[in-house]
Amino acid sequence: MMRVIRQRPVATAIALLSLAVLLVLPITLGRFGNYMLAMWATMTIAAMGLNLTLGYAGQISLAQGAFVGIGAYISAIMTTNGWPLGAALVVAIVVCFAIGWLLGYPALRVQHHYLAFVTLSFSTLAYLVFRNEEWLTKGTYGIYSIPRPTILGYSLKHHLDFYYFALMWLVVISLLMWWLVRSPWGRAFTALRENPLRAQSLGVDTRLYTLMAFAIGSTMGGVAGVLYAPLVEFIDPNPFALALSFNLLLMVIVGGSGYFLGPFLGALIAVLLPEWLRDYTSDFYLVAYALLVMILLIFSPTGILGLVDRLATSRRARRASEARAAETPRIKAKEGA
Amino acid sequence: MSSFATLVIAGLATGAIYALIAIGFALLWQASQTINFAQGEFVMLPAFFALVAMGLGLPYWAAALITFVLAAVLLGAMFKRLLVDPMLKHGVIPLAMATMALAIFLKESVKDLYSAEAYPFPSLVPPVNVNVLGTNVSLQHIAIIVVALVTLVALTWLLDHTTTGRQMQATAQNPTVARILGIPVERMIMLTFLINAVLVVIASLLVTPIYLAKFSSGETLGLAAFVAAIIGGFNQLRGAIVGGFLLGVIDNLAAAYVSTQYRAAVPLFILIAVILFRPEGLFGRKEERTV
Repeated sequence: MMRVIRQRPVATAIALLSLAVLLVLPITLGRFGNYMLAMWATMTIAAMGLNLTLGYAGQISLAQGAFVGIGAYISAIMTTNGWPLGAALVVAIVVCFAIGWLLGYPALRVQHHYLAFVTLSFSTLAYLVFRNEEWLTKGTYGIYSIPRPTILGYSLKHHLDFYYFALMWLVVISLLMWWLVRSPWGRAFTALRENPLRAQSLGVDTRLYTLMAFAIGSTMGGVAGVLYAPLVEFIDPNPFALALSFNLLLMVIVGGSGYFLGPFLGALIAVLLPEWLRDYTSDFYLVAYALLVMILLIFSPTGILGLVDRLATSRRARRASEARAAETPRIKAKEGA
Repeated sequence: MSSFATLVIAGLATGAIYALIAIGFALLWQASQTINFAQGEFVMLPAFFALVAMGLGLPYWAAALITFVLAAVLLGAMFKRLLVDPMLKHGVIPLAMATMALAIFLKESVKDLYSAEAYPFPSLVPPVNVNVLGTNVSLQHIAIIVVALVTLVALTWLLDHTTTGRQMQATAQNPTVARILGIPVERMIMLTFLINAVLVVIASLLVTPIYLAKFSSGETLGLAAFVAAIIGGFNQLRGAIVGGFLLGVIDNLAAAYVSTQYRAAVPLFILIAVILFRPEGLFGRKEERTV
């Protein structure tokens, strides 16, 4: 930890500053603002998981919304039956890891758009189960009055308190993720994305890492779901339809897939921008959002951070070439003398 | 027995529509590596063009004509120029993502600009049943099958027996060699987009009288078209046609004999099985790609 701070002082300063803003800002906001920020933290966790699968390991998945749904239903069913949220979290992690692992198997056989359709099918099947298995999920009636957790006798029923709870989870998971992508595991995931054949020939067990990328990414979707249920306090199958998977995918892409901060930014835009646009464009906010996403993709398919990265690189290159240009006449002058 | 025959005919009618949508989907993939996630919305939208035109007092045929023109411009030419061309160089997946955003854009635009309600839509033939060999058959289903078959035959003829069609096939198979041989590759790709626009309008005019015009109706249709194209084989038109019909029949039989709740799951299981065991599709060729 200390090494990180020493090596990257600017990044550490920005991280601490952002955290300070995230801690102070909600106090100035109303109930709805706190609720939306908690939603942002939850969706960021899910998008971070998808970023691991898609951005780092290069496996497209249209099933992340289904895992949020699985996590949310486990959380809702267990806590309404008197279990603590922590128990639901453990069950959700185990279940989502196992299902995510199984969903990785098709990725061993097919790639790209075929994989997109397999995961899309899984997402639709999960939705059908949420809707039809009424004995378990109460179907379209939904599950009401999901309790907010109580920690050491302190209830999180206020939106502000729950936001801090969600933020704590976001910070914990971000640190785990930071460690993961910098570990040999993270390097192996990237190798898988860049050139699977070469990774295999260098001795990376591509089979294991493909399955792991799916399993870990899906587990993070499940964890987000566990937080989602007590946040909204009522769930039915509709929020977990295919649209959520598409939205999570767009969050990762818009933010910048394969960038650590991509999901934070993508979720910020996908969750908060429509609410902000709503003030200006009334009903048209989704139309405006979709249009902005298309324009962004045309100019920068690697998302906002990709654009920033490209601008920074070209500026660095320009500065370097200016420096070289400044060097040249002096050398000539020396030669002339 | 007669109810089984009725189900199969209803299935063939649904399948004929799936086949039209799936072919367009496969054509776009072949001509320019476009996985159009908005294909379902492309079928939903023309019905609303026609509704607006008829709302202005135009007769059905005139509204249909205007719909064809609007679709060719918006869903054919503009889709290619404004979205596909700039995105194509970034690769298959970013382009697919852009079409996902386009799907949201079209769906929400219809919802906000027109309405979120479902609207009835005039059909080509009166909704009566006729007796064919002792089986009650809906005249509408027969009309759908006939129109779709005529369209499919015409398209196949165009592709196999005209110079333009052969040039289009050459473009799809190997654009570089096609360009060397003097085929106007760009124009052929544009033509493919226009054909897709025509196909989705025909599908829209056929399907909307049955399912009503609604902003969200593209979701199920688009998914069905993907499934049909993959079951049949992405790189073969014949595959997409057979896949479409097969899916329509399976869909209707599953609704009657499996359960209405899990009707939608049956095609998805078939899709997963096909992708896992025969990814090139039941009728497709293996796609060979360099690493």
